[in-house]
Amino acid sequence: MTKLMQWLAAVGLFMSIWLAIVLDMISLNIPDSKKEILHALPVYILIVFACYSLALIGYRVATFNDCVEESRELKEEIQEAKKELTEKGYKFD
Amino acid sequence: MEANRKYSVLLPTYNEKENLPLIVWLLVKVFTDSGLDFEIIVIDDGSPDGTLEAGKQLEKIYGKDKIVLRPRKEKLGLGTAYVHGMKHATGDFIIIMDADLSHHPKYIPEFIKKQQEGDCDIVTGTRYVGSGGVYGWDFKRKFVSRTANYIAQVLLRPGVSDLTGSFRLYKKAVLEKLVESCVSKGYVFQMEMMIRARHFGYTIDEVPIAFVDRMYGESKLAGKEIVDYLKGLLYLFANL
Repeated sequence: MTKLMQWLAAVGLFMSIWLAIVLDMISLNIPDSKKEILHALPVYILIVFACYSLALIGYRVATFNDCVEESRELKEEIQEAKKELTEKGYKFD
Repeated sequence: MEANRKYSVLLPTYNEKENLPLIVWLLVKVFTDSGLDFEIIVIDDGSPDGTLEAGKQLEKIYGKDKIVLRPRKEKLGLGTAYVHGMKHATGDFIIIMDADLSHHPKYIPEFIKKQQEGDCDIVTGTRYVGSGGVYGWDFKRKFVSRTANYIAQVLLRPGVSDLTGSFRLYKKAVLEKLVESCVSKGYVFQMEMMIRARHFGYTIDEVPIAFVDRMYGESKLAGKEIVDYLKGLLYLFANL
């Protein structure tokens, strides 16, 4: 099963249960005051997911390591490499 | 570490005359210090800057058994470069990495240790977890990279934190099988390799790496690159 099929199956399953409840095909005796929340549930879930995603990406950008030390080390090693290679007869130009 | 294993490094190059001697020097140093058997296979795609001549100088210094030059006439893409290089590889394991010094050979002993711990099929370098990271990226580049990675993680759930990285160690037979079945190009190729590897049931472990981008310029993050990435992602999403 492709990832697309898995996603369609999961979303389809959720939406059919949601629809069945909204259309009163399954009666859960939900009071009218709570029905509004139920009706908007898919939209709420989308909004929460979007906020979660943005927060997570923001956090990961902020904590993305800057490898300053590694860059400095590499520069030193490049100097060392050039020196040693020249001694071994390598011709840089 | 077991001494009888041999590691073949595949270095596809295009206009890397400046970097080739440096990366080779670093590789030789790391392998020699760790007492590991190795060879470096340079696959140069007809670079006009004289990369091949640089390779010939290195071949003279380090010997034909260590520096294996397998040039091709023209630029033919990464997947075929791996196939071409592997035909000549005598190692049990293949290490692929960029020749532009963004991937430091000092991580290779860690890759090998990780591989041996769990006898896993693939070890991949990751910029996204633990001590991994990048150098030389501005906010925009980091943001795009993190977002692209996040979308791939959500859609594909690959169980690998860095899908587009190209610093990896493979068992030779595993890489042969993967290259044979992957059809994408560029970044997406690296991603497809990981997703297909999961499909085949190969085990994958990770090592945090510092990615030092010395060449980074604004032009590199073109809109086309992002569009190609998304297209590739959707292709994998719909087909795997």
